[in-house]
Amino acid sequence: MTRDNSYQAVMARKNEIMKSSMGLDYETYRQGELAFDYERMMNDCGFTLEDIIRIQSETKVGNTPMFELHNLTAAVRKISAPGKGARIFVKDEAANASGSFKARRASISAYVAAQKGYKGVIAATSGNYGAAVASQAAQRGLKCIIVQEVFDSKGIGQPEIVEKGRKCEAFGAEVIKLSVGPELFYYLLLTLEETGFFNASLYTPFGIKGVESLGYELTNQIRSMTGKDPDAVMITHAGGGNLTGTARGMLAAGCNAQVIACSVDLSGLHMASDRDFNRKSFTTGHTGFGVPFATWPDRTDVPRNAARSMRYMDDYILVNQGEVFYVTELLAKLEGIERGPAGNTSLTGAVSLAREMDADKIIVVQETEYTGAGKHHNSQLSFAQKMGIEVRRGNPEEGVNGKSIVIPERLAQVKGHRQDMEKLRISYLKNAAKQLDPAKWSDIDRAFVAADVKKDLKWLDQALKQI
Amino acid sequence: MNEVKAGTWVEVEKILLTPEQRAPQVPEDTRHTPYVMRVAGFLTADALYGTEVTIKTLSGRMVTGNLKVVRPHYTHSFGDTVEELLTIGIGGEI
Repeated sequence: MTRDNSYQAVMARKNEIMKSSMGLDYETYRQGELAFDYERMMNDCGFTLEDIIRIQSETKVGNTPMFELHNLTAAVRKISAPGKGARIFVKDEAANASGSFKARRASISAYVAAQKGYKGVIAATSGNYGAAVASQAAQRGLKCIIVQEVFDSKGIGQPEIVEKGRKCEAFGAEVIKLSVGPELFYYLLLTLEETGFFNASLYTPFGIKGVESLGYELTNQIRSMTGKDPDAVMITHAGGGNLTGTARGMLAAGCNAQVIACSVDLSGLHMASDRDFNRKSFTTGHTGFGVPFATWPDRTDVPRNAARSMRYMDDYILVNQGEVFYVTELLAKLEGIERGPAGNTSLTGAVSLAREMDADKIIVVQETEYTGAGKHHNSQLSFAQKMGIEVRRGNPEEGVNGKSIVIPERLAQVKGHRQDMEKLRISYLKNAAKQLDPAKWSDIDRAFVAADVKKDLKWLDQALKQI
Repeated sequence: MNEVKAGTWVEVEKILLTPEQRAPQVPEDTRHTPYVMRVAGFLTADALYGTEVTIKTLSGRMVTGNLKVVRPHYTHSFGDTVEELLTIGIGGEI
């Protein structure tokens, strides 16, 4: 009998496909209509932090260098008020096997897939994660398929995504290239069903546990380099896994530094728009993912998202495209290291925040990513110009997403701006209220929702009056 | 005429969903376009360019689609010179 492969029919089979492609039954963690036992789900995967570090060391993941950016710090101090200008450190995650922190995220999934006897792994991503899964799968002897959104209806591919696809193929993966649209998930389901491969989703407990080693390592490195704990850790934020995993690892090391998210502000551009697709110069680390995933994590390819960023986020800085390109160029010229622009989102946030912090404070940029043809600020800007976007120097605040990119003329113009955290939490509550009328929330649902936005029940009662 | 030999590395294209079959939540400009897949693999039999063929992909799947590209390769680069970047970081930042 042939299966019905229409969009609606495949989406309706979602739960059964997910269950067989991961061997994980999310129903067992359900506690209420909204609530589930998050910590039990994270612990049930059975790996301690020591296990994670050992598994990762087998496949060239982790133990990446930490550098103090002396020249950039000195430049920031020159434009700061006397006594201001925190020490800026960067964790060089580009040193992982596939060139980004995503190797941590893929490593445990690939290990589990091999242990459970799956023949291969599949991941849906247009990001560094694809290359990470491909690299880890290659090392574990698994086949690999990466499902990627690559080109618009004219067949034009975003240069950064094209490069990331090339890298997947370099590691022996099959790359399924798709046009713009949310049906990526539909095709992922179909391919999982066809192959019986393991779903190496970004959002499983395995993926997030893999990032915990990053927060743990960075804390210990800063302690050994400075004798102190970091004061703030700046994390490029999109789907929330980077922030969640890093923050959990920091807590495991007993570090209570401020956890600060940073995204490129792409407001005004629609993520599923065929036209807008090639008019944005960042394919990840931007608000198009960062805001919706923070304010409702359960919108992914798994029933319950293990990446729950609002549980750990203390603050959220937005930067614009021109600011990140400027800081990327400055990193090369002042610090002698060339890294990919998307990964430098958090560096840009750190430059803006360091100015407000005392000079004896420490701010850590917790990742970098590899750079190369396509995945480079010059290729992105050149491509943007070809798409009719104006590129000029000036006040970056004058840039209009999809129309112009304004690169700062001076470091002092790299300012970023704060996202209103309270607004984000209220937005989360509104999304939760769409699932179930707050009047019907049980005590356990209420406790879950409050914890999911890092607040208490007293706050929740007040906040619910506003929605 | 334009025959491609079995075993050649090619890229095929396939329409997965027509505009009418697309997900209900896609925005207006996307809704009018089909949902298209491209995938590369080794051609399983001699075939003509532009016809329906079957390929074997790197993961070993058999996929059918329209033969669009013979020996697909990458052309992405660092782009044309963007002069706006050249003057960054060589003094005058502060």
